[in-house]
Amino acid sequence: MVGENRIKKSFWVLFFILPAFTGLVLFTIIPIISSFVLTLFRWDLISEIQFAGLSNFRKLILDEKFWNALKHTVSFVIGYIPFVMVTGLFVALLMNGKIKGKGAFRTAFFIPVVSSWIAVALLWTWLFNPKFGLINYILALIGIAGPAWLYDPNWAMTAVIMTSVWKDTGFVMMLFLAGLQDIPQSLLEAASIDGATTVKRFFRITIPMLSPTIFFVMIVTMINSFQVFDQVWVMTEGGPAGSTSVLVEQVYKNAFRYYNMGYASTISLVLFLIILLITAVQIQGQKKWVHYA
Amino acid sequence: MRKKGLLYILLSLAALTMIVPLLWMISTSLKSNQYILKMPPRIIPEEPTLDSYKQLFDLFPMLRMLFNSITVAVVVVGGQIITSLMAAYAFARMRFKGREFLFLIFIATMMVPFQVTITPLFITMRYFGWLNTYLGLIIPTLHTAFGTFQLRQALLTIPKELEESAFMDGANHFLVFSRIIVPLAKPAIATLCVLAFMSSWNSFLWPLIVTRSEEMMTLPVGLSALHGRYETKWNMVMSGSVVSIIPIVIVFIFSQRYFVQGISRSGIKD
Repeated sequence: MVGENRIKKSFWVLFFILPAFTGLVLFTIIPIISSFVLTLFRWDLISEIQFAGLSNFRKLILDEKFWNALKHTVSFVIGYIPFVMVTGLFVALLMNGKIKGKGAFRTAFFIPVVSSWIAVALLWTWLFNPKFGLINYILALIGIAGPAWLYDPNWAMTAVIMTSVWKDTGFVMMLFLAGLQDIPQSLLEAASIDGATTVKRFFRITIPMLSPTIFFVMIVTMINSFQVFDQVWVMTEGGPAGSTSVLVEQVYKNAFRYYNMGYASTISLVLFLIILLITAVQIQGQKKWVHYA
Repeated sequence: MRKKGLLYILLSLAALTMIVPLLWMISTSLKSNQYILKMPPRIIPEEPTLDSYKQLFDLFPMLRMLFNSITVAVVVVGGQIITSLMAAYAFARMRFKGREFLFLIFIATMMVPFQVTITPLFITMRYFGWLNTYLGLIIPTLHTAFGTFQLRQALLTIPKELEESAFMDGANHFLVFSRIIVPLAKPAIATLCVLAFMSSWNSFLWPLIVTRSEEMMTLPVGLSALHGRYETKWNMVMSGSVVSIIPIVIVFIFSQRYFVQGISRSGIKD
Protein backbone atom coordinates (compact mmCIF):
# COMPACT_ATOMS: atom_id res chain seq x y z
CA MET A 1 0.00 0.00 0.00
CA VAL A 2 2.77 2.40 0.99
CA GLY A 3 4.82 1.40 -2.04
CA GLU A 4 1.88 1.92 -4.31
CA ASN A 5 1.29 5.35 -2.84
CA ARG A 6 4.86 6.29 -3.39
CA ILE A 7 4.74 5.30 -7.04
CA LYS A 8 1.53 7.24 -7.42
CA LYS A 9 3.09 10.28 -5.82
CA SER A 10 6.19 10.11 -8.00
CA PHE A 11 3.94 9.84 -11.01
CA TRP A 12 2.11 13.02 -10.09
CA VAL A 13 5.31 14.93 -9.32
CA LEU A 14 6.73 13.97 -12.69
CA PHE A 15 3.45 14.71 -14.40
CA PHE A 16 3.46 18.30 -13.14
CA ILE A 17 7.18 19.03 -13.29
CA LEU A 18 8.23 17.39 -16.54
CA PRO A 19 6.68 19.70 -19.14
CA ALA A 20 8.46 22.78 -17.79
CA PHE A 21 11.55 20.92 -16.72
CA THR A 22 12.11 19.22 -20.09
CA GLY A 23 11.95 22.59 -21.82
CA LEU A 24 14.23 24.14 -19.28
CA VAL A 25 16.83 21.39 -19.61
CA LEU A 26 16.75 21.10 -23.40
CA PHE A 27 16.48 24.75 -24.34
CA THR A 28 18.05 26.63 -21.45
CA ILE A 29 20.32 24.52 -19.25
CA ILE A 30 22.03 22.42 -21.94
CA PRO A 31 22.56 25.49 -24.16
CA ILE A 32 24.08 27.42 -21.24
CA ILE A 33 26.52 24.62 -20.50
CA SER A 34 27.24 24.09 -24.20
CA SER A 35 27.92 27.78 -24.59
CA PHE A 36 30.61 27.60 -21.91
CA VAL A 37 32.09 24.46 -23.51
CA LEU A 38 32.01 26.06 -26.96
CA THR A 39 34.41 28.78 -25.80
CA LEU A 40 37.11 26.11 -26.01
CA PHE A 41 36.31 25.20 -29.62
CA ARG A 42 36.52 26.59 -33.08
CA TRP A 43 33.56 25.86 -35.35
CA ASP A 44 32.13 27.45 -38.48
CA LEU A 45 29.26 24.92 -38.70
CA ILE A 46 30.67 23.55 -41.98
CA SER A 47 34.05 21.99 -41.23
CA GLU A 48 34.75 19.64 -38.33
CA ILE A 49 34.51 21.15 -34.90
CA GLN A 50 38.03 21.77 -33.57
CA PHE A 51 39.37 21.94 -30.05
CA ALA A 52 41.00 25.34 -29.74
CA GLY A 53 42.20 25.44 -26.14
CA LEU A 54 42.26 28.98 -24.89
CA SER A 55 42.78 30.55 -28.28
CA ASN A 56 39.33 32.16 -28.24
CA PHE A 57 40.30 33.95 -25.04
CA ARG A 58 43.61 35.02 -26.53
CA LYS A 59 41.68 36.39 -29.49
CA LEU A 60 39.28 38.16 -27.13
CA ILE A 61 42.10 39.99 -25.38
CA LEU A 62 43.60 41.12 -28.66
CA ASP A 63 40.33 41.86 -30.43
CA GLU A 64 39.89 45.58 -30.85
CA LYS A 65 36.27 45.11 -31.94
CA PHE A 66 35.46 43.37 -28.69
CA TRP A 67 37.04 46.09 -26.54
CA ASN A 68 35.34 48.72 -28.64
CA ALA A 69 31.99 46.98 -28.11
CA LEU A 70 32.59 46.66 -24.37
CA LYS A 71 33.55 50.32 -24.17
CA HIS A 72 30.45 51.43 -26.03
CA THR A 73 28.20 49.12 -24.04
CA VAL A 74 29.53 50.76 -20.88
CA SER A 75 29.04 54.23 -22.30
CA PHE A 76 25.48 53.28 -23.22
CA VAL A 77 24.89 52.08 -19.65
CA ILE A 78 26.47 55.19 -18.15
CA GLY A 79 24.55 57.55 -20.40
CA TYR A 80 21.24 55.72 -20.23
CA ILE A 81 20.79 54.82 -16.55
CA PRO A 82 21.05 58.23 -14.82
CA PHE A 83 19.04 59.79 -17.63
CA VAL A 84 16.17 57.28 -17.52
CA MET A 85 16.14 57.20 -13.71
CA VAL A 86 15.75 60.97 -13.55
CA THR A 87 13.01 61.12 -16.18
CA GLY A 88 11.26 58.07 -14.69
CA LEU A 89 11.37 59.46 -11.15
CA PHE A 90 10.29 62.89 -12.34
CA VAL A 91 7.22 61.53 -14.08
CA ALA A 92 6.47 59.20 -11.16
CA LEU A 93 6.51 62.15 -8.74
CA LEU A 94 4.12 64.03 -11.00
CA MET A 95 1.84 61.02 -11.23
CA ASN A 96 1.91 60.22 -7.51
CA GLY A 97 -1.17 61.84 -6.11
CA LYS A 98 -4.69 62.74 -7.05
CA ILE A 99 -4.67 63.65 -10.71
CA LYS A 100 -7.46 64.08 -13.17
CA GLY A 101 -7.04 61.86 -16.21
CA LYS A 102 -4.45 59.66 -14.56
CA GLY A 103 -5.41 56.72 -16.74
CA ALA A 104 -4.88 58.72 -19.92
CA PHE A 105 -1.48 59.96 -18.76
CA ARG A 106 -0.47 56.47 -17.76
CA THR A 107 -1.46 55.16 -21.17
CA ALA A 108 0.62 57.87 -22.84
CA PHE A 109 3.72 56.94 -20.84
CA PHE A 110 3.11 53.25 -21.33
CA ILE A 111 2.51 52.93 -25.05
CA PRO A 112 6.26 53.16 -25.78
CA VAL A 113 6.92 50.53 -23.10
CA VAL A 114 4.58 47.94 -24.56
CA SER A 115 5.51 48.66 -28.18
CA SER A 116 8.10 46.54 -29.90
CA TRP A 117 11.64 47.84 -29.88
CA ILE A 118 11.71 47.51 -33.64
CA ALA A 119 8.76 49.83 -34.23
CA VAL A 120 10.19 52.36 -31.79
CA ALA A 121 13.69 52.16 -33.26
CA LEU A 122 12.33 52.64 -36.79
CA LEU A 123 10.27 55.61 -35.66
CA TRP A 124 13.31 57.28 -34.10
CA THR A 125 15.53 56.48 -37.06
CA TRP A 126 13.01 58.48 -39.05
CA LEU A 127 12.80 61.26 -36.45
CA PHE A 128 16.61 61.48 -36.38
CA ASN A 129 16.86 61.63 -40.18
CA PRO A 130 19.37 64.46 -40.73
CA LYS A 131 17.61 66.04 -43.69
CA PHE A 132 13.92 65.23 -43.39
CA GLY A 133 13.58 64.26 -39.72
CA LEU A 134 11.36 66.10 -37.30
CA ILE A 135 14.14 66.59 -34.73
CA ASN A 136 16.52 68.50 -36.93
CA TYR A 137 13.61 70.47 -38.32
CA ILE A 138 12.62 71.60 -34.82
CA LEU A 139 16.26 72.34 -33.96
CA ALA A 140 16.51 74.44 -37.11
CA LEU A 141 13.46 76.43 -36.03
CA ILE A 142 15.32 77.56 -32.92
CA GLY A 143 18.46 78.22 -34.92
CA ILE A 144 20.45 75.07 -34.24
CA ALA A 145 21.99 73.09 -37.08
CA GLY A 146 21.35 69.54 -35.90
CA PRO A 147 24.04 66.89 -36.38
CA ALA A 148 23.72 63.91 -38.73
CA TRP A 149 22.79 61.85 -35.63
CA LEU A 150 22.89 58.15 -36.61
CA TYR A 151 25.36 58.92 -39.42
CA ASP A 152 27.74 60.79 -37.15
CA PRO A 153 30.07 58.68 -34.94
CA ASN A 154 30.03 61.45 -32.32
CA TRP A 155 26.26 61.54 -32.06
CA ALA A 156 24.98 58.06 -32.92
CA MET A 157 25.23 56.69 -29.37
CA THR A 158 23.53 59.78 -27.98
CA ALA A 159 20.64 59.20 -30.36
CA VAL A 160 20.39 55.55 -29.31
CA ILE A 161 20.41 56.58 -25.64
CA MET A 162 17.74 59.24 -26.17
CA THR A 163 15.54 56.71 -27.95
CA SER A 164 16.00 54.19 -25.14
CA VAL A 165 15.16 56.77 -22.49
CA TRP A 166 12.02 57.73 -24.38
CA LYS A 167 10.91 54.11 -24.56
CA ASP A 168 11.73 53.13 -20.97
CA THR A 169 10.69 56.23 -19.00
CA GLY A 170 7.22 54.79 -18.47
CA PHE A 171 8.69 51.51 -17.30
CA VAL A 172 10.93 53.18 -14.72
CA MET A 173 8.03 55.43 -13.72
CA MET A 174 5.97 52.34 -12.93
CA LEU A 175 8.67 50.92 -10.67
CA PHE A 176 9.08 54.24 -8.85
CA LEU A 177 5.33 54.67 -8.46
CA ALA A 178 5.17 51.32 -6.69
CA GLY A 179 7.94 52.53 -4.34
CA LEU A 180 6.37 55.93 -3.76
CA GLN A 181 3.12 54.31 -2.70
CA ASP A 182 4.95 52.65 0.19
CA ILE A 183 5.99 55.99 1.70
CA PRO A 184 3.51 56.82 4.46
CA GLN A 185 1.67 60.00 3.58
CA SER A 186 1.53 60.92 7.28
CA LEU A 187 5.32 61.36 7.31
CA LEU A 188 5.23 63.95 4.54
CA GLU A 189 2.27 65.71 6.10
CA ALA A 190 3.98 65.91 9.48
CA ALA A 191 7.07 67.44 7.88
CA SER A 192 4.86 69.85 6.01
CA ILE A 193 3.21 70.97 9.26
CA ASP A 194 6.66 71.45 10.80
CA GLY A 195 7.39 73.87 7.98
CA ALA A 196 9.60 71.77 5.70
CA THR A 197 9.61 73.02 2.10
CA THR A 198 8.79 70.80 -0.86
CA VAL A 199 12.46 70.57 -1.78
CA LYS A 200 13.46 69.71 1.77
CA ARG A 201 10.76 67.08 2.06
CA PHE A 202 11.89 65.57 -1.22
CA PHE A 203 15.55 65.23 -0.21
CA ARG A 204 15.01 64.44 3.50
CA ILE A 205 12.04 62.09 3.30
CA THR A 206 11.13 60.94 -0.21
CA ILE A 207 14.63 60.08 -1.44
CA PRO A 208 15.77 58.21 1.70
CA MET A 209 12.48 56.33 1.92
CA LEU A 210 12.76 55.53 -1.76
CA SER A 211 16.32 54.22 -1.58
CA PRO A 212 15.35 50.53 -1.80
CA THR A 213 13.40 51.27 -4.97
CA ILE A 214 16.22 53.37 -6.38
CA PHE A 215 18.60 50.49 -5.79
CA PHE A 216 16.16 48.01 -7.35
CA VAL A 217 15.58 50.19 -10.42
CA MET A 218 19.32 50.68 -10.86
CA ILE A 219 19.96 46.93 -10.81
CA VAL A 220 17.09 46.12 -13.15
CA THR A 221 17.98 48.81 -15.68
CA MET A 222 21.64 47.86 -15.49
CA ILE A 223 20.93 44.19 -16.23
CA ASN A 224 18.67 45.21 -19.11
CA SER A 225 21.02 47.77 -20.56
CA PHE A 226 24.09 45.54 -20.70
CA GLN A 227 21.99 43.34 -22.97
CA VAL A 228 21.15 46.24 -25.32
CA PHE A 229 20.71 44.99 -28.88
CA ASP A 230 17.37 45.51 -30.69
CA GLN A 231 17.51 49.28 -31.00
CA VAL A 232 21.18 49.27 -31.96
CA TRP A 233 20.60 46.60 -34.57
CA VAL A 234 17.78 48.50 -36.25
CA MET A 235 19.16 52.01 -35.91
CA THR A 236 22.85 51.55 -36.75
CA GLU A 237 23.89 47.86 -36.81
CA GLY A 238 26.72 49.02 -34.56
CA GLY A 239 27.95 51.79 -36.85
CA PRO A 240 28.94 54.30 -37.99
CA ALA A 241 32.59 53.31 -37.61
CA GLY A 242 31.73 51.02 -34.70
CA SER A 243 30.54 53.95 -32.59
CA THR A 244 27.45 52.11 -31.37
CA SER A 245 28.88 48.61 -31.39
CA VAL A 246 27.73 46.67 -28.29
CA LEU A 247 28.41 43.24 -26.79
CA VAL A 248 25.31 41.41 -28.02
CA GLU A 249 25.77 42.87 -31.49
CA GLN A 250 29.28 41.37 -31.50
CA VAL A 251 27.90 38.02 -30.30
CA TYR A 252 25.34 38.11 -33.10
CA LYS A 253 27.79 39.13 -35.81
CA ASN A 254 30.42 36.59 -34.82
CA ALA A 255 27.86 33.78 -34.65
CA PHE A 256 25.61 34.54 -37.61
CA ARG A 257 27.69 36.68 -39.95
CA TYR A 258 31.21 35.28 -39.53
CA TYR A 259 30.14 31.84 -38.22
CA ASN A 260 32.65 31.85 -35.38
CA MET A 261 30.49 29.85 -33.00
CA GLY A 262 33.21 29.38 -30.38
CA TYR A 263 34.26 33.00 -30.37
CA ALA A 264 30.66 34.24 -30.22
CA SER A 265 30.18 32.09 -27.12
CA THR A 266 33.32 33.57 -25.62
CA ILE A 267 31.93 37.09 -25.93
CA SER A 268 28.60 35.96 -24.49
CA LEU A 269 30.51 34.55 -21.54
CA VAL A 270 31.81 38.07 -20.80
CA LEU A 271 28.23 39.32 -20.84
CA PHE A 272 27.25 36.50 -18.50
CA LEU A 273 30.03 37.42 -16.05
CA ILE A 274 28.97 41.08 -16.04
CA ILE A 275 25.34 40.16 -15.31
CA LEU A 276 26.49 37.70 -12.64
CA LEU A 277 28.50 40.45 -10.96
CA ILE A 278 25.52 42.82 -10.97
CA THR A 279 23.32 40.06 -9.55
CA ALA A 280 25.85 39.43 -6.79
CA VAL A 281 25.82 43.12 -5.93
CA GLN A 282 22.04 42.99 -5.89
CA ILE A 283 21.95 40.05 -3.49
CA GLN A 284 24.48 41.73 -1.19
CA GLY A 285 22.59 45.00 -1.30
CA GLN A 286 19.29 43.30 -0.55
CA LYS A 287 20.79 41.63 2.50
CA LYS A 288 22.21 44.85 3.82
CA TRP A 289 19.66 47.56 3.63
CA VAL A 290 16.86 46.88 1.29
CA HIS A 291 13.37 45.74 2.16
CA TYR A 292 10.92 44.64 -0.47
CA ALA A 293 7.19 44.58 -0.43
CA MET B 1 -3.79 75.97 -6.54
CA ARG B 2 -0.94 77.47 -8.56
CA LYS B 3 1.08 74.42 -7.66
CA LYS B 4 -1.57 72.13 -9.06
CA GLY B 5 -1.54 74.10 -12.30
CA LEU B 6 2.21 73.76 -12.67
CA LEU B 7 1.87 70.04 -12.03
CA TYR B 8 -0.58 69.66 -14.89
CA ILE B 9 1.58 71.74 -17.21
CA LEU B 10 4.65 69.59 -16.49
CA LEU B 11 2.66 66.39 -16.78
CA SER B 12 1.17 67.46 -20.09
CA LEU B 13 4.57 68.40 -21.46
CA ALA B 14 5.96 65.01 -20.45
CA ALA B 15 2.97 63.24 -21.99
CA LEU B 16 3.37 65.27 -25.18
CA THR B 17 6.97 64.12 -25.45
CA MET B 18 5.57 60.60 -25.54
CA ILE B 19 2.64 61.30 -27.82
CA VAL B 20 4.13 63.56 -30.49
CA PRO B 21 6.55 60.95 -31.88
CA LEU B 22 3.69 58.44 -32.01
CA LEU B 23 1.51 60.94 -33.84
CA TRP B 24 4.38 61.52 -36.23
CA MET B 25 4.46 57.79 -36.89
CA ILE B 26 0.76 57.75 -37.72
CA SER B 27 1.01 60.97 -39.70
CA THR B 28 3.88 59.68 -41.85
CA SER B 29 2.00 56.46 -42.50
CA LEU B 30 -0.91 58.46 -43.92
CA LYS B 31 1.19 60.44 -46.39
CA SER B 32 1.60 59.57 -50.03
CA ASN B 33 5.08 59.16 -51.49
CA GLN B 34 5.31 62.73 -52.77
CA TYR B 35 4.71 64.23 -49.34
CA ILE B 36 6.99 62.19 -47.08
CA LEU B 37 10.15 64.10 -47.84
CA LYS B 38 8.47 67.46 -48.24
CA MET B 39 9.83 70.30 -46.16
CA PRO B 40 8.61 71.81 -43.92
CA PRO B 41 7.17 68.61 -42.44
CA ARG B 42 3.47 68.70 -41.59
CA ILE B 43 2.05 66.74 -38.72
CA ILE B 44 -1.40 66.79 -40.33
CA PRO B 45 -0.98 65.25 -43.80
CA GLU B 46 -2.12 67.39 -46.71
CA GLU B 47 -3.95 64.61 -48.49
CA PRO B 48 -4.18 61.76 -46.02
CA THR B 49 -4.31 58.38 -47.73
CA LEU B 50 -4.11 54.71 -46.82
CA ASP B 51 -1.95 54.01 -49.90
CA SER B 52 1.10 53.08 -47.88
CA TYR B 53 -0.91 50.49 -45.95
CA LYS B 54 -2.17 49.07 -49.22
CA GLN B 55 1.37 48.95 -50.61
CA LEU B 56 2.56 47.36 -47.41
CA PHE B 57 0.12 44.47 -47.76
CA ASP B 58 0.53 44.24 -51.56
CA LEU B 59 4.30 44.39 -51.93
CA PHE B 60 5.27 42.76 -48.67
CA PRO B 61 4.07 39.53 -47.00
CA MET B 62 2.61 41.61 -44.18
CA LEU B 63 -0.49 39.48 -43.72
CA ARG B 64 1.62 36.35 -43.42
CA MET B 65 3.84 38.04 -40.84
CA LEU B 66 0.83 39.15 -38.83
CA PHE B 67 -0.42 35.57 -38.95
CA ASN B 68 3.01 34.29 -37.84
CA SER B 69 3.20 36.72 -34.94
CA ILE B 70 -0.31 35.90 -33.77
CA THR B 71 0.18 32.14 -34.09
CA VAL B 72 3.49 32.18 -32.28
CA ALA B 73 2.21 34.47 -29.52
CA VAL B 74 -0.95 32.46 -28.91
CA VAL B 75 0.82 29.09 -28.82
CA VAL B 76 3.70 30.40 -26.72
CA VAL B 77 1.44 32.12 -24.20
CA GLY B 78 -0.75 29.03 -23.91
CA GLY B 79 2.26 26.75 -23.62
CA GLN B 80 4.02 28.91 -21.07
CA ILE B 81 0.91 29.16 -18.91
CA ILE B 82 0.35 25.38 -18.94
CA THR B 83 3.96 24.37 -18.29
CA SER B 84 4.65 26.98 -15.63
CA LEU B 85 1.31 26.52 -13.90
CA MET B 86 1.89 22.78 -13.62
CA ALA B 87 5.43 23.18 -12.35
CA ALA B 88 4.28 25.91 -9.95
CA TYR B 89 1.67 23.50 -8.59
CA ALA B 90 4.31 20.88 -7.87
CA PHE B 91 6.63 23.42 -6.25
CA ALA B 92 3.95 25.11 -4.16
CA ARG B 93 1.48 22.37 -3.31
CA MET B 94 3.36 19.05 -3.28
CA ARG B 95 6.11 17.76 -1.04
CA PHE B 96 8.80 15.66 -2.62
CA LYS B 97 12.48 14.96 -2.31
CA GLY B 98 14.74 17.43 -4.12
CA ARG B 99 12.02 20.04 -4.43
CA GLU B 100 14.12 22.91 -3.08
CA PHE B 101 17.08 21.95 -5.20
CA LEU B 102 15.02 21.69 -8.37
CA PHE B 103 13.40 25.04 -7.66
CA LEU B 104 16.82 26.57 -7.13
CA ILE B 105 17.80 25.38 -10.62
CA PHE B 106 14.78 27.15 -12.08
CA ILE B 107 15.72 30.35 -10.26
CA ALA B 108 19.38 30.12 -11.21
CA THR B 109 18.61 30.02 -14.93
CA MET B 110 16.84 33.36 -14.60
CA MET B 111 20.18 34.98 -13.89
CA VAL B 112 21.72 33.85 -17.16
CA PRO B 113 21.05 36.26 -20.01
CA PHE B 114 19.24 34.67 -22.96
CA GLN B 115 22.02 35.82 -25.32
CA VAL B 116 24.37 33.28 -23.74
CA THR B 117 22.24 30.45 -25.10
CA ILE B 118 21.72 31.65 -28.67
CA THR B 119 24.74 30.00 -30.29
CA PRO B 120 24.08 26.46 -28.97
CA LEU B 121 20.35 26.96 -29.43
CA PHE B 122 20.88 27.83 -33.09
CA ILE B 123 23.10 24.76 -33.53
CA THR B 124 20.40 22.60 -31.90
CA MET B 125 17.69 23.99 -34.16
CA ARG B 126 19.87 23.36 -37.18
CA TYR B 127 20.47 19.78 -36.02
CA PHE B 128 16.73 19.19 -35.57
CA GLY B 129 16.02 20.79 -38.94
CA TRP B 130 13.88 23.41 -37.21
CA LEU B 131 15.50 26.49 -38.71
CA ASN B 132 12.96 28.67 -40.49
CA THR B 133 9.99 26.70 -39.11
CA TYR B 134 7.24 27.35 -36.58
CA LEU B 135 8.73 24.61 -34.43
CA GLY B 136 11.97 26.57 -34.19
CA LEU B 137 10.12 29.78 -33.38
CA ILE B 138 7.89 28.18 -30.76
CA ILE B 139 9.31 25.10 -29.04
CA PRO B 140 12.38 26.67 -27.37
CA THR B 141 10.18 29.33 -25.74
CA LEU B 142 7.39 27.16 -24.33
CA HIS B 143 8.86 27.10 -20.83
CA THR B 144 9.53 30.01 -18.52
CA ALA B 145 11.45 30.00 -15.26
CA PHE B 146 10.23 33.50 -14.55
CA GLY B 147 6.59 32.48 -14.98
CA THR B 148 7.07 29.34 -12.89
CA PHE B 149 8.51 31.48 -10.12
CA GLN B 150 5.73 34.06 -10.27
CA LEU B 151 2.97 31.47 -10.28
CA ARG B 152 4.57 29.49 -7.48
CA GLN B 153 4.53 32.61 -5.32
CA ALA B 154 0.85 33.05 -6.12
CA LEU B 155 -0.06 29.41 -5.43
CA LEU B 156 1.71 29.52 -2.07
CA THR B 157 -0.89 31.96 -0.78
CA ILE B 158 -3.84 29.58 -1.33
CA PRO B 159 -4.99 27.99 1.98
CA LYS B 160 -4.39 24.25 2.38
CA GLU B 161 -7.87 23.38 3.74
CA LEU B 162 -9.53 23.67 0.34
CA GLU B 163 -7.62 20.88 -1.29
CA GLU B 164 -7.46 18.73 1.85
CA SER B 165 -11.20 18.15 1.86
CA ALA B 166 -11.09 17.40 -1.85
CA PHE B 167 -8.38 14.77 -1.31
CA MET B 168 -10.51 13.30 1.49
CA ASP B 169 -13.33 12.91 -1.00
CA GLY B 170 -10.98 10.94 -3.22
CA ALA B 171 -9.94 13.56 -5.75
CA ASN B 172 -6.54 13.12 -7.41
CA HIS B 173 -3.91 15.80 -8.00
CA PHE B 174 -5.12 16.60 -11.46
CA LEU B 175 -8.65 17.28 -10.25
CA VAL B 176 -7.42 19.41 -7.38
CA PHE B 177 -5.13 21.29 -9.74
CA SER B 178 -7.70 21.97 -12.42
CA ARG B 179 -10.82 22.43 -10.26
CA ILE B 180 -9.49 24.18 -7.16
CA ILE B 181 -6.05 25.68 -7.63
CA VAL B 182 -6.26 27.05 -11.18
CA PRO B 183 -9.54 28.93 -10.62
CA LEU B 184 -8.09 30.54 -7.50
CA ALA B 185 -4.92 31.61 -9.33
CA LYS B 186 -6.74 33.48 -12.10
CA PRO B 187 -5.35 36.97 -11.38
CA ALA B 188 -1.78 35.68 -11.36
CA ILE B 189 -2.43 33.74 -14.55
CA ALA B 190 -3.85 36.84 -16.22
CA THR B 191 -0.80 38.86 -15.24
CA LEU B 192 1.54 36.23 -16.66
CA CYS B 193 -0.62 36.03 -19.78
CA VAL B 194 -0.22 39.69 -20.67
CA LEU B 195 3.51 39.73 -19.87
CA ALA B 196 4.09 36.58 -21.93
CA PHE B 197 2.06 37.97 -24.80
CA MET B 198 3.99 41.23 -24.82
CA SER B 199 7.28 39.41 -24.62
CA SER B 200 6.41 37.07 -27.49
CA TRP B 201 4.82 39.75 -29.66
CA ASN B 202 7.84 42.02 -29.34
CA SER B 203 10.53 39.35 -29.35
CA PHE B 204 13.25 40.11 -31.89
CA LEU B 205 16.57 38.37 -31.32
CA TRP B 206 15.36 34.76 -31.41
CA PRO B 207 13.05 35.13 -34.44
CA LEU B 208 15.86 37.04 -36.16
CA ILE B 209 18.17 34.09 -35.64
CA VAL B 210 15.80 31.26 -36.40
CA THR B 211 13.94 32.61 -39.46
CA ARG B 212 15.38 33.02 -42.93
CA SER B 213 12.60 33.64 -45.43
CA GLU B 214 10.13 36.49 -45.16
CA GLU B 215 7.28 33.96 -45.10
CA MET B 216 8.42 32.70 -41.71
CA MET B 217 9.28 36.03 -40.09
CA THR B 218 7.33 37.47 -37.21
CA LEU B 219 6.40 41.17 -37.33
CA PRO B 220 9.45 42.69 -35.61
CA VAL B 221 11.89 40.80 -37.84
CA GLY B 222 9.70 41.52 -40.85
CA LEU B 223 9.68 45.22 -40.02
CA SER B 224 13.45 45.37 -39.90
CA ALA B 225 13.55 43.56 -43.26
CA LEU B 226 11.00 46.03 -44.61
CA HIS B 227 13.22 48.87 -43.52
CA GLY B 228 16.16 47.22 -45.27
CA ARG B 229 14.21 46.81 -48.49
CA TYR B 230 12.35 50.12 -48.66
CA GLU B 231 14.76 52.33 -46.79
CA THR B 232 13.46 55.66 -48.00
CA LYS B 233 9.77 54.74 -48.10
CA TRP B 234 9.13 56.03 -44.63
CA ASN B 235 5.36 56.01 -45.09
CA MET B 236 5.47 52.23 -45.64
CA VAL B 237 7.91 51.64 -42.80
CA MET B 238 5.77 53.71 -40.43
CA SER B 239 2.55 52.01 -41.49
CA GLY B 240 4.25 48.69 -40.74
CA SER B 241 5.17 50.02 -37.33
CA VAL B 242 1.62 51.19 -36.70
CA VAL B 243 0.28 47.75 -37.65
CA SER B 244 2.70 46.07 -35.26
CA ILE B 245 1.86 48.37 -32.36
CA ILE B 246 -1.95 48.36 -32.58
CA PRO B 247 -2.57 44.81 -31.24
CA ILE B 248 -0.32 45.21 -28.22
CA VAL B 249 -1.76 48.63 -27.39
CA ILE B 250 -5.27 47.19 -27.53
CA VAL B 251 -4.24 44.34 -25.24
CA PHE B 252 -2.67 46.92 -22.93
CA ILE B 253 -5.70 49.16 -22.78
CA PHE B 254 -7.99 46.28 -21.89
CA SER B 255 -5.72 44.76 -19.28
CA GLN B 256 -3.80 47.72 -17.83
CA ARG B 257 -4.23 46.46 -14.30
CA TYR B 258 -2.35 43.24 -15.03
CA PHE B 259 0.40 44.98 -16.98
CA VAL B 260 0.99 47.45 -14.19
CA GLN B 261 0.96 44.77 -11.51
CA GLY B 262 3.20 42.41 -13.43
CA ILE B 263 5.75 44.99 -14.44
CA SER B 264 6.00 46.92 -11.21
CA ARG B 265 6.30 43.76 -9.15
CA SER B 266 8.85 41.93 -11.19
CA GLY B 267 10.78 44.68 -12.91
CA ILE B 268 10.55 42.64 -16.10
CA LYS B 269 9.41 44.25 -19.27
CA ASP B 270 10.46 41.96 -22.08
